[in-house]
Amino acid sequence: MLPDLNLDAQVAMLRRMLIARRFEEELIELAQDRDIGHFHVYVGQESTGIPALSLLEHGDLSFTNHRNHGHLIARGADPGPMYAEILGRVTGYCRGKGGTLHLASVEHGFPTTSSATGGCIPLAVGAGMGLSRLGSDRISVCLMGDGALEEGAWHESANIAAMESLPVIFLCENNSLEALGQRAGEYPSSTMAVRDLTELASVFGIEAVAIDGLDVRAVHETMSRAVLRARCGEGPTFIEARTVRWPGNRPIWPELATGRTDISMAWEDSLVPEEHAIWHRKQDGLLGFTRELLAEGNFRTEAVLRLDEETTEHVREGLVFALDSSYPDPEEALEHVFSPAGD
Amino acid sequence: MLYAEAVVEALRRSVEGDDRVHLMGQYFLGLTPYRTMVGDLYREYPDRVYFPPIAELGYVGAGIGAAIAGLRPIVDCATASFTFQAFAQILNEAANIHYMSGGQTSVPLVIHYNHGVRGGGAAQHSHSPQAMMWNTPGLEIITPSHPADVIGLVQTAVASDNPTIWVDHVRLFDTEGEVADDIEPIPFGQASIRREGDDLTIFASSWMVCRSLEAAETLGAEGINVEVVDPRTLVPLDEEAILRSVAKTGRLLVVDECHQRCGVGSEIVAVVAEQAHGDLVAPIRRLTTLDVPVPFSAPMEEFVEPTVGKIVEAARAVVDGR
Amino acid sequence: MTDAIRYIDAISSTLRQELKRDDDVIVLGEDVSYGGPFGATAGLSDMFGPTRIVDTPISEGAVMGLAVGAALAGRRPVVEVMFADFITLAMDQLINHAAKLRYMTDGQLSVPLTIRVQGGVGGGYGAHHSQSLEAWFLHVPGLKVVAPCSVDDASGLLAAAIRDDDPVVYLEHRGLYWSKGSIMSHVDPATIGLAAVVRPGADVTVVAVSRMVQVAMSAAEKLAADGVDVEVVDLRTVSPIDLETITESIRRTGRLVVAHEAVVTGGLGAELVAGVHAAAFNSLTSPAIRVGAPFTPVPASPHLERLYVPTVDDVIAAVLETLPER
Repeated sequence: MLPDLNLDAQVAMLRRMLIARRFEEELIELAQDRDIGHFHVYVGQESTGIPALSLLEHGDLSFTNHRNHGHLIARGADPGPMYAEILGRVTGYCRGKGGTLHLASVEHGFPTTSSATGGCIPLAVGAGMGLSRLGSDRISVCLMGDGALEEGAWHESANIAAMESLPVIFLCENNSLEALGQRAGEYPSSTMAVRDLTELASVFGIEAVAIDGLDVRAVHETMSRAVLRARCGEGPTFIEARTVRWPGNRPIWPELATGRTDISMAWEDSLVPEEHAIWHRKQDGLLGFTRELLAEGNFRTEAVLRLDEETTEHVREGLVFALDSSYPDPEEALEHVFSPAGD
Repeated sequence: MLYAEAVVEALRRSVEGDDRVHLMGQYFLGLTPYRTMVGDLYREYPDRVYFPPIAELGYVGAGIGAAIAGLRPIVDCATASFTFQAFAQILNEAANIHYMSGGQTSVPLVIHYNHGVRGGGAAQHSHSPQAMMWNTPGLEIITPSHPADVIGLVQTAVASDNPTIWVDHVRLFDTEGEVADDIEPIPFGQASIRREGDDLTIFASSWMVCRSLEAAETLGAEGINVEVVDPRTLVPLDEEAILRSVAKTGRLLVVDECHQRCGVGSEIVAVVAEQAHGDLVAPIRRLTTLDVPVPFSAPMEEFVEPTVGKIVEAARAVVDGR
Repeated sequence: MTDAIRYIDAISSTLRQELKRDDDVIVLGEDVSYGGPFGATAGLSDMFGPTRIVDTPISEGAVMGLAVGAALAGRRPVVEVMFADFITLAMDQLINHAAKLRYMTDGQLSVPLTIRVQGGVGGGYGAHHSQSLEAWFLHVPGLKVVAPCSVDDASGLLAAAIRDDDPVVYLEHRGLYWSKGSIMSHVDPATIGLAAVVRPGADVTVVAVSRMVQVAMSAAEKLAADGVDVEVVDLRTVSPIDLETITESIRRTGRLVVAHEAVVTGGLGAELVAGVHAAAFNSLTSPAIRVGAPFTPVPASPHLERLYVPTVDDVIAAVLETLPER
């Protein structure tokens, strides 16, 4: 039996998707005024990360990559300490040691972010092995992109996970898809001879499925099955969740190419501008999910607007908190190289 | 006890002492005849071992992940040269994770390898990568050279919450040493003065300690009293012990199996040159594996590595002020 | 001479020159046809096409091996490693193959490979995008290693690296990419293995590498105002080390400071100090001092990064430490 997706659960998901979206928009705007360094945003992929990770429980471990903001928010991390970490403040989750590329919050199930492509894969597999050998029913999730499949680490780790039937879920977010198929020549380009990415997993005998990453229900259902399989000792699952890359996701410097999301576009089609119309109508999973919720009739536009206001405020408060926070004492750079001697 | 027996004893004590210790990989004793002892241990504890595929990046990374999840794995990389396949995981992940997470996450992992010239290993099987690992903050490094040290240091390594590199050498396996029954864990950062002397300090680690001790016997007969300092751990390094010895003897010979340039020896020379310049009556000398790939043929292999004969020669040169 | 151009443009224009000059030269790397993350290979794809400017997947190990193979087959590959930290994924191919094939085959094989590596601290990129790893490459027999600081060297040493029949690791610091200088309209290859005295002085020798040469020069200027005359040596080639130029300098000044951005422990500085110690022990009037990063990974926060990277003040302090009477 699969978990129900009742209205409360759906609204909770929408709330987190809004937080994830506003989080990135605020960050992009901030970056226009000041140099905050290199970062990657999750815009356009919220419909995958939030429903998928909502199924994890305390103690489940997730290993992510450089495009991690949405992942942490999905598991309940707070915008305040997240922004603080990105801005190098002492109140950040890692006290400024990691920055965006290495965001970690053990409390929320993120021991580390690796920003060497594919670095998180062996770690996730190993965590699955560790949990299994400890007799735990907790599971491990590898949050990876399609690019990571180009790395040798994928091949080695998938083989191990399959041989040992480990409680690992590989959630592969393929955002390199265009309507006409993978497009080469765009940066970062996809350089992969394999047409169907699930084959890279199924060749090892790993249960593999490709889904529309914009379809919140499909994501939730597929992930539920994978979580159940993992907890019951049935082995790893590979989920390829496909989304279209957001126009604002240029390689190093994201831009608000489609503007700040006007949530009313979900019900007021006349608000959709000519430019990027297809994005707003078909490819933005946040708007898409909002439309679905409204269409079911149990949720009203006023409630959406209230939620939007609340989440926007919540995110702004987090940013203010971060900007008001002090930097770490420089001498802290020498701390935490090693764990203190054990007892 | 034979060193090889001590290795197995160290593994056994680790597995028996803590349920979280699991062994990954099987070539702790290489392909030497001693390897059957490892097999015996594995048969006793089948649930505590894992035989990985030929996927060093994958399985060392998995060891790191398992450590994050709460196990205390001891991962074997077999020949040190194979660690290159896993460098990204060892040096970008294991070494960094505690720091990058601001102290939230620990990696209580031990990584074992057999390094150096083993006789016919040739260029792709004879590396000593510990110098490169030393240049990367976040890894503890142990370099036992005596059976008692293996047992004592590995205990500390397993108990440590940090990733520890266990540097080993197949040529040590045949050596013998006294091991007390009630052996205690050896704290890191405590060198051992293997032999006392007034005329010359030899700093050596791992297998080179044994060769240096042999050379010291010959030199002793010539009236040159050598003090052999064995660091036992490179990280943390017992600088005090080295400096104390140099203050006493005024002369230092560093014997190291790594290649010369940016090897372990370079760091030791630099530390002593910086901090004990006034104590030295002669320049420090380094004796290392020559800066060439390691050749296969035996006479050439012997030509490039620090042999006992070369150690004796180098020691004489330092004492003579050459 | 051309007008002042940026370091990064000196790299792309030298690549262009070498690609034109020799049909065997090929450029490989992630997104090189696009220009890469910093634009080093911008425009090359339009001029030379996809068979000579080759985009590779994110597969550093396979790509390094591929480049070695191409070199064995008679090409002259220039591989780009996007961030030095990622070279960890290619170590076996670099160390066990590129560096060793000539030796293991007793000279029958040659690996004329250039490996361009971008690295160094800057921009708050954190522990996986900021390392300086030259000590590792110096430690591997069979590799040559260069680290140009001046724009002129960026072009000259790149041309030399490409024309060299052995594998050359060419280290770029992104903090230097936008510094300006002049190059010849036709670049001649510089000599690999030669350091250069870029500022003569009588009191203290400061040997620096890559971006730290600029830092050392600034320190020297400030110290000159206090009457301390610093000689700055730009190492230029990390392997082989030009010990002769350095010891010649020490014989005149009697004092040594080494400055690099990498971690001090086990770093290039250790080898320089050890080498000088052996060759010029009697010339040193005070202990050598190393300036470099502390024994920690690279922190991400720009605020912490500032403590991490050695500064002009750090070099000044080190120089003064060698002059105890001051």
